[in-house]
Amino acid sequence: MPGIFAFAESRDGELRKVAQEVVTAARKLADAAGTEVHAVALGGSGLQAAAAELGKYGADKVFVGESGAFDRYSPEGFTTVIVNFIREHGCDAALFPASALGKDLAPRVAARLGVEYLSDATALDAEGATITVTRPRYAGKVFSRAAVTSKPAVISVRPNSFQAAENAKAGSVETLNVDLGSADFGAVVKEIKAAAGEKLDVSEAPIVISGGRGLQDPANFKLLEELAEAFGGRAAVGASRAVVDAGWRPHGDQVGQTGKTVAPTLYIAVGISGAIQHLAGMRTSRYIVAINKDPEAPIFKVADYGIVGDLFQILPRMTEEVKKLMS
Amino acid sequence: MRVKSIVCVKRVPDTEARIRIAGDGSSIDPSGVKFVLNPYDEFAVEAALKHKEAAGQGEVTVMSVGDAASAETLRTALAMGADSAVLLKADRTPEGLAAAKALAAGIQGREYDLVLFGMKAIDDDLQAVGPMVAELLGIPVASAVTEFSIADGKVTAHREIEGGAEVVELRMPCAITLTKGAYEPRYASLKGIMAAKKKPLEEKPAQVDAPAAPAALSYPPERQAGRIVGEGPDAVPELLRLLRQEAKVI
Repeated sequence: MPGIFAFAESRDGELRKVAQEVVTAARKLADAAGTEVHAVALGGSGLQAAAAELGKYGADKVFVGESGAFDRYSPEGFTTVIVNFIREHGCDAALFPASALGKDLAPRVAARLGVEYLSDATALDAEGATITVTRPRYAGKVFSRAAVTSKPAVISVRPNSFQAAENAKAGSVETLNVDLGSADFGAVVKEIKAAAGEKLDVSEAPIVISGGRGLQDPANFKLLEELAEAFGGRAAVGASRAVVDAGWRPHGDQVGQTGKTVAPTLYIAVGISGAIQHLAGMRTSRYIVAINKDPEAPIFKVADYGIVGDLFQILPRMTEEVKKLMS
Repeated sequence: MRVKSIVCVKRVPDTEARIRIAGDGSSIDPSGVKFVLNPYDEFAVEAALKHKEAAGQGEVTVMSVGDAASAETLRTALAMGADSAVLLKADRTPEGLAAAKALAAGIQGREYDLVLFGMKAIDDDLQAVGPMVAELLGIPVASAVTEFSIADGKVTAHREIEGGAEVVELRMPCAITLTKGAYEPRYASLKGIMAAKKKPLEEKPAQVDAPAAPAALSYPPERQAGRIVGEGPDAVPELLRLLRQEAKVI
């Protein structure tokens, strides 16, 4: 019986949190189909020890492919190794994270296998080997649910949608041959430019604090960053389209239909009125808090809790109180 | 360098559109919906035009696979300044692999150095067609690019990743998918709109696979408006108490 393939993303020799989530999602499908989870981690040297961890989340076998050529992500190299692996071992489904890397790699893998690809799954259901994928469209204005008809099902899963759960298997670690011969890749990553302090991404953070035009000036985002910091590294700062268009914040921080769709545990919207594009991008957050001076703002219609008032007075107080709570 | 670019574009509902599910439960009701050139594709058209202008030479062709109405979207791109357009005509606009196959077939046999895409279409949210077309054409791709430069037959692209950017060097011909960054889309001028009417728009039938089984569409769960905890900074302790004890999220 072919297994479920799980791509375990790493960066600089360390597995990323999404790797645990992808393996957890794969475990669920494997249990329904009565088959095994085969996790594959690719990178430079030093991945073995970190990859062994994946047994904890339900990987039956972890295959580690190390190569100097994989110190950085290589779209063509990764695609070749993964497609060869899938052709050799077979699989009912191939799961990837819906991360920057996963969203570049998974469609390429699907095209080479000649199968459909579904991105950003927020739920997966399995009845035997039939897999049903739920995913947002129109940035979450509607959801679609469909059974995957082509095999293997190539799917990326949205970060934070599948909480990593320990589901211990005595996962064995095997070495994967990644000898690509004299492969000459057409795309090579020359450099990685990290934003200050490798900040947490809004698509992955459990807490997102987003600012809108109500912040009045880009410098005032400092107030959001201080609050995020008070949460102790679990929070990321997001932004509305209006402030990204104005050049106050980078596009990578934008939440909404032409930005990222997020589903954190807690979403705090500060000075954001709640345009339809923005609501689409954050309405599946578990809890929403709105801080706005206009009690009629549409954001309050989707918020669980709201405070009406001047954000310039509310935010510093909040930062102070959160610090107290966390200490 | 004289670069020949092909920019793949899609006609999609405007971001402000309220999306209603049609009676069949698997498509959206187009009535009253304004359709536009996919916003991410605007970045791609703008990037192609900017690079052509900077080089003082080159050629920009826009291509779409879709129904007859997609011609209107191609005219929008022509009005922005593209030189010519190709509509690969289908009964309905395909998605994913079917769209990628049709576009790859449309591109094959043409001369090109660069194939540009929007990072994703804002209707299906798949973010797949660019890398898939690249794979089918056997060319390298960089996705989610904010800015790129062209020199000596190579493209250097800045790609958005979590917490930063990757600088990728690609051998041409190659594909790039664009996200918001250095290319602020221009508005079509009246002169551009008039000129677009005279530019070549080639139509030919698309090679499209049978559509996949329809998906069931549903609305996200309605959120109940919550409560206003209070006004001003004095409401903060109560908010945090609720987040901690009732919601249990902090």
